[in-house]
Amino acid sequence: MTPVSSWGRLSAHPHNVISLNNPSNVRNILCNSRHPGLAHGMGRSYGDVCLNPEGTLWLTTGLDHFTAFDECTGRLVCESGVLIRDIQRLMIPRGWILPVTPGTQLITVGGAIANDVHGKNHHVLGSFGDHVKKLTLIRTDGEVIHCGPNQHPDWFAATVGGLGLTGVITQAEIQLRRVPGPWLNTETVPYSDLDEFFRLADASEAGWEHTVSWIDCLSGGRGRGLFMRGNPADIGQRPEPRDRKLTMPMAPPVSIINQLSLRPFNMAYYHLKKLRAGQKITHYEPFFYPLDNLLEWNRMYGPKGFFQYQCVLPREIGRDAVQAMLREISGAGDGSFLAVLKTFGNCPPVGMLSFPQPGVTLALDFTNHGERTFKLFAKLDAIVREAKGRIYPAKDARMPRELFETGYPRLPEFTKYRDPGISSAFSRRVMGS
Amino acid sequence: MRPMRKIVIVGATSAIAEHCARLWLKNEPADLILLGRDAQRIERVAADLKVRSPASTIHILQADFMDPTAIQTTVEIIANQGPVDIALIAHGTLPAQAECQVDLGLCRDTLEINGISPVLFAECFAKHMEASNRGTIAIIGSVAGDRGRKSNYVYGAAKGLVDRYAQGLQHRLAGSAVKVSLIKPGPTQTPMTAHLRSLNVKLAPVDNVAELIVRGIEAGQDVIYAPKKWRLIMLVIKHMPSSIFNKLNI
Ligand SMILES: Cc1cc2nc3c(=O)[nH]c(=O)nc-3n(C[C@H](O)[C@H](O)[C@H](O)COP(=O)(O)OP(=O)(O)OC[C@H]3O[C@@H](n4cnc5c(N)ncnc54)[C@H](O)[C@@H]3O)c2cc1C
Ligand SMILES: NC(=O)c1ccc[n+]([C@@H]2O[C@H](COP(=O)([O-])OP(=O)(O)OC[C@H]3O[C@@H](n4cnc5c(N)ncnc54)[C@H](OP(=O)(O)O)[C@@H]3O)[C@@H](O)[C@H]2O)c1
Repeated sequence: MTPVSSWGRLSAHPHNVISLNNPSNVRNILCNSRHPGLAHGMGRSYGDVCLNPEGTLWLTTGLDHFTAFDECTGRLVCESGVLIRDIQRLMIPRGWILPVTPGTQLITVGGAIANDVHGKNHHVLGSFGDHVKKLTLIRTDGEVIHCGPNQHPDWFAATVGGLGLTGVITQAEIQLRRVPGPWLNTETVPYSDLDEFFRLADASEAGWEHTVSWIDCLSGGRGRGLFMRGNPADIGQRPEPRDRKLTMPMAPPVSIINQLSLRPFNMAYYHLKKLRAGQKITHYEPFFYPLDNLLEWNRMYGPKGFFQYQCVLPREIGRDAVQAMLREISGAGDGSFLAVLKTFGNCPPVGMLSFPQPGVTLALDFTNHGERTFKLFAKLDAIVREAKGRIYPAKDARMPRELFETGYPRLPEFTKYRDPGISSAFSRRVMGS
Repeated sequence: MRPMRKIVIVGATSAIAEHCARLWLKNEPADLILLGRDAQRIERVAADLKVRSPASTIHILQADFMDPTAIQTTVEIIANQGPVDIALIAHGTLPAQAECQVDLGLCRDTLEINGISPVLFAECFAKHMEASNRGTIAIIGSVAGDRGRKSNYVYGAAKGLVDRYAQGLQHRLAGSAVKVSLIKPGPTQTPMTAHLRSLNVKLAPVDNVAELIVRGIEAGQDVIYAPKKWRLIMLVIKHMPSSIFNKLNI
């Protein structure tokens, strides 16, 4: 048994870890492992969707082979443990890019599908699952299912965003998108309140592919922040930035994100960025994946780990609900290093349990202060519930079951597709098994 | 344009070898020949490398690695198509030491696949490279070959055989342009060591190890330790008096 943690480092329970190294023996391994099992990619989910304490984890990072690529159509076939980073680094120089990627590229294709991840361009290109054309799913009873938008679409809709609970994905076919190169034209615009944020978001949706914003959650309900937007830039060759890596050598004994360090940090960040606001040419890596160069930054939250709280709220009441949440957070003084506010577009979700829906999404990190933190979450939950919003399972380690059920109305339909040999700490917590 | 380099990988499905191949092809396309025992597994590696480097040519060959005739025939086929620039000999297995002590069949197979088989391959390549006076033979040994330890001495003995063989071959080819590199990885994260993960053995990432190997081969190094710290660690271990060494639980 090996202790395994997810990105939030809230627990390190023992798991029976089995490495999958070749798609051709996956079926055999799944059938013969001790159940319940669960697929585990890079463990970049913050909470417990990728954990199965005392149970089996099938580690997919050995399924890291490309299978085929068509230079003319941009169709890529690869195994599910291939990293988003490796696809980007290989394909962008050839003029192709993954249409949708999240804020880190250190995740697997399987994890991207199972959480149906979104990026900064949801309003243009939807979520990761929108670009998956086919996938191979293996179940613990040995059944092999090939599905896609036009082939067993029900299995596809259950598996995209299916949190690994329908089987293990071994292979996927993904439609890449043309890109002129690794550079983006980017612009940073400071905003001083939420109304201005929404005006900027509305105004940017037509002309900008990528939009995201950083919000100072300690500025009270006002909600000042920085709005960042970007478009692919066709500017030919330039020297690429070097691969700089900084690692947190070990977990500091206490969380260094505390009230004292947070307020000045937020202010400094805000004013510094305000000075440098404006347009520039940016390489895709720091723009899309700003924290990836700070490897293991999750350790700086200290030994008890941290939570991320990410919800999506319908557009009509999004502004008021975000304001109410910021007030609660500001009052508690526990705000975060990474607070992100972004609007989602109107494309219908691909998966039965896909997180993105039309509206606005807010994501914040909180050091784990036990009861105190849970009290704040209860207040935030109340706002989400009232607004008919929902919480993102990829980031969650604590949402109440009832909030999951109301947030994901297609859950009863999904349940029929679950693999009885698979479960996670998350599924046991919010689905009862 | 200069012609593509011809690189042969024996045991091409080995994780360490695959990562070496990925690095070689990342730098420039090559004429690659992948050798293994199982066609389906080699196909998977070939398909992956082809996506990574469409300009490379990739051929696969299957052979019985325990059969001297098959080894000879296979290397002849390769050599007849023109001189080889790099031959990386990578295959190996790491069975449980305790099982080798009770199962003599397994004990012999372990000695053969880790020791004799790589030597036979190297011997065939050496003949052709010596004749054309060019090329590099790179053989993967192990830090386990530096000193016998109770936890893996059957495997270690085979790797020690490779070590002594490489030394001799280097001596023989010293006057020629042919290079021989002996590679000694430390514990590395690959399928071979999957069982060690749960024992919390510290394993080096395979891409880092491959990078050191590729760099060492390009630089014509005689002995490549990867990660580098193992050179020093093994120096200490090799010179430790038995009175102390035999008390260590390693
Ligand atoms: C810094 C940072 C920024 C992030 N930004 C974003 C963002 O902008 N948008 C966003 O959507 N997410 C974001 N995330 C979350 C992250 O993208 C997701 O949690 C992603 O799913 C992690 O992938 P993984 O490979 O680490 O999978 P894991 O976390 O290991 O697993 C995630 C889920 O996928 C399942 N799974 C994994 N592989 C398979 C498989 N082969 N078959 C079936 N099921 C499988 C697991 O069982 C689990 O339920 C961010 C995370 C970090 C750390
Ligand atoms: N990983 C480590 O910690 C470590 C440390 C020191 C040295 N090494 C050495 O590094 C080399 C590569 O190992 P790895 O870590 O990359 O392991 P790996 O991924 O498990 O690869 C082992 C390779 O050996 C092949 N092989 C095993 N038995 C064979 C047989 N009877 N006939 C033909 N081929 C056979 C396998 O072929 P199939 O795919 O067909 O099974 C596979 O290609 C080995 O020589 C190993 O001893 C490894």
